[in-house]
Amino acid sequence: MTSSHGRGLLHLAAAVDLHAEYDAGAFVELVGLAERGALDFVTLGDSFARPGLDALAVLARAAPATGRIGLVPTVTTTHTEPFHVQAAVATLDWVSRGRAGWWIDVSRTEGEARLFGRRHAAPAEELWQEAGEVADAAARLWDSREDGAEIRDAETGWFIDRDKLHSVDFEGATFSVKGPSIVPRPPQGHPARIVDATEGPARRTAARFADVAVVRAVGREQTGAVREELRAAAAGFGRDPDGLKVLAGLVVDLGGGEHAAEPGHGGGGPRQTAQGPLYRGGPVDLAELIAAWHQAGAVDGFHLTPVEPRRDLERLVNGTVALLQHRGLFRTFYPGSTLREHLGLARPANRYAVTGGAS
Amino acid sequence: MTARRKRIHLAAHFPGVDSTTVRADPRSRSQIEFASFEHLARTAERGLFDFFFLTEGLRPRGHRARIHDLDVVGRPESITVLNALAAVTERIGLAATVDATFNEPYELARRLASLDHLSRGRAAWNVVTSSDAFTGQNFRRGGFLDRADRYTRADEFVRTARELWDSWRPDGVSRPFAHRGRHFDIAGEFTVPRSPQGHPVVIQAGDSAEGREFAASTADVVFTRHGTLEAGRAFYADVKGRLARYGREPGELKIMHGVTVVLGDTAAEAQEKATEIRRQQVSPQNAILALEQSWGTDPSSYDPDGPLPDIDLVADSAIAQGRTRRGDTVALAEMGVPPLERSRERGRRGLSKEKGLSIRQTVIEASARQSFIGTPAAVAAELAEFVRADAADGFILVPHPTPGGLDEFVDRVVPLLQERGDFRTEYEGTTLRSHLGLPTPRWQG
Repeated sequence: MTSSHGRGLLHLAAAVDLHAEYDAGAFVELVGLAERGALDFVTLGDSFARPGLDALAVLARAAPATGRIGLVPTVTTTHTEPFHVQAAVATLDWVSRGRAGWWIDVSRTEGEARLFGRRHAAPAEELWQEAGEVADAAARLWDSREDGAEIRDAETGWFIDRDKLHSVDFEGATFSVKGPSIVPRPPQGHPARIVDATEGPARRTAARFADVAVVRAVGREQTGAVREELRAAAAGFGRDPDGLKVLAGLVVDLGGGEHAAEPGHGGGGPRQTAQGPLYRGGPVDLAELIAAWHQAGAVDGFHLTPVEPRRDLERLVNGTVALLQHRGLFRTFYPGSTLREHLGLARPANRYAVTGGAS
Repeated sequence: MTARRKRIHLAAHFPGVDSTTVRADPRSRSQIEFASFEHLARTAERGLFDFFFLTEGLRPRGHRARIHDLDVVGRPESITVLNALAAVTERIGLAATVDATFNEPYELARRLASLDHLSRGRAAWNVVTSSDAFTGQNFRRGGFLDRADRYTRADEFVRTARELWDSWRPDGVSRPFAHRGRHFDIAGEFTVPRSPQGHPVVIQAGDSAEGREFAASTADVVFTRHGTLEAGRAFYADVKGRLARYGREPGELKIMHGVTVVLGDTAAEAQEKATEIRRQQVSPQNAILALEQSWGTDPSSYDPDGPLPDIDLVADSAIAQGRTRRGDTVALAEMGVPPLERSRERGRRGLSKEKGLSIRQTVIEASARQSFIGTPAAVAAELAEFVRADAADGFILVPHPTPGGLDEFVDRVVPLLQERGDFRTEYEGTTLRSHLGLPTPRWQG
């Protein structure tokens, strides 16, 4: 594996958001395509107001049909039960053998609130504060049953060592959870947590709890500045900044062929649109852009949202990714098997485990 | 009778946290790894079963405020496992147990509709309710829901889910919904189009009067447990008899018994195996625990292989936490632990004295569930007899070792049922509703 200029590995991820698609086959095909490109992970967006299937369900359906790629559904935290959310994400990790991630998002609108009828819409600051608490509680629940708790001891009849199960007794502003989780600790320990840190209220939550932050900004310098801010904030929370990967989020339209369809874009870089920073041009120019931003140390990688998934993901994998691989800037195979391994992130120690000698 | 012979419906249950599983069996493997779920689901599909069935857990069970450590503890979340299983199976129905107390209709209706789409029409929902504050401590909603309210909430929950599923017309046009009831006041647009089955199949378990009424008004399948042919027939007649007042036909509700099967080359061999399995399921430790939970007594001084102690009985429900109402404690209570007002002679003490049983043997007897034990031919004949005699429409089989406990049944009993004309020889349709012979739900516009 080639590292570039001491910047660490390049990480690539893609969205597989298909509009108004309700058949598993179309999603499985896209995830498989992304896996052929050895991308770190795919994402599938979700909200209770968005037309489409439950994103975690879709990626669970895709799990046995794929082997290595990370699977990262959006699961919101505003109207859901934290206990159910962590159990579902942990289960995605079990059925994919360590490939689950969780794109954490909030529900902002009154329309979404009315689907549940339990609370009104709240300001973004409150929602992201709560999202952080949910992320925190989830990780505690993932730790609440230690590895090796299952002993199946024939002599005593014990199935588990109950000393390796722990209450979490989490008290948040809007919820509390007793624990322990019903699902054993997932293969990755903690499935990777991903936050879109573009907007201010989400940034603190990302710095504190995310393994991957996505930043949607048009310029390399701007993205790099947010990355430094996130790393500093992560350090302020006592984290190793290298444990937080920052990816630039771009919408990509590769329909224009090899050369930039519009003067001033393509090779010229992304431009701001209502959907976020849009890159429009050819796969080769996109590879140049990715290599340049990464080598400048502005980003740890990219999260790319194809405008037309079937067309653009194919061009991304066979064009952009192939070129990056050819230049030794991106992996050609998966040396590891879990999403954390793809991201170069260690399996977290269990906060409740008594380590040898420490007791 | 010239009508077509009544066909048996079969389903497979992946054992959860109860003591059904025989861990000592060398074939016993992980309860968590996907490979285990895949093996059992594919075996059931090879046997042309109607559906594969998962239960759920919302908090590890407790015993004297500590986590119960004698049985299986922990399992993955049902709907996510079933979505993954949809990738490795083609036809078999995929049934998830999901609590109606600690979920919300919009979210759950969406998850179930998603499973129905992703499996192309194979989703089912086993509706259960919780009442205890013990489980509630894990949820925003929190603790206690009055027992009477459990069914009114569950009933309104199911109706609301169906309103959401019906907010998309069969022709693909959607419209806003608004539901205002005692438990839910919600409105908006449901974002998943009508799924292949229209409504995922609704399964319900519960023997109380409210449970039976709920089943008759609402469910497509009832999951029950009745020990004898006579008890099964009485339940069957009672529940089917309640359907008419909801404008439903007897065939619109299938009654399925949760059972175990033990096979042998001879009747004696099967009986011997069954006895050994029961001894493995009810360990000495489990026997003492059952005594404590049923009788509310400190059991530490008793020998599980010794006689039943001669003490006063005080059922103490606070000892065990998180057990389902249909769990072993309840079975024990039904079988013999006599509440003080009941005659002791009719109770377990009577049973035990009469047969000269030890504590462990008594618990084994008292906690037995319906089990078909014998040669493959005898078991096939007995299963068929239950269905022919209107004691059941089918069975949900709970295998002992996980995940291979169904292999022998599929290899040895299913072919006999097929030869007899009592079971399908191929899937005739693609959806769970078609396997069960259930009508497509009318769109309630």
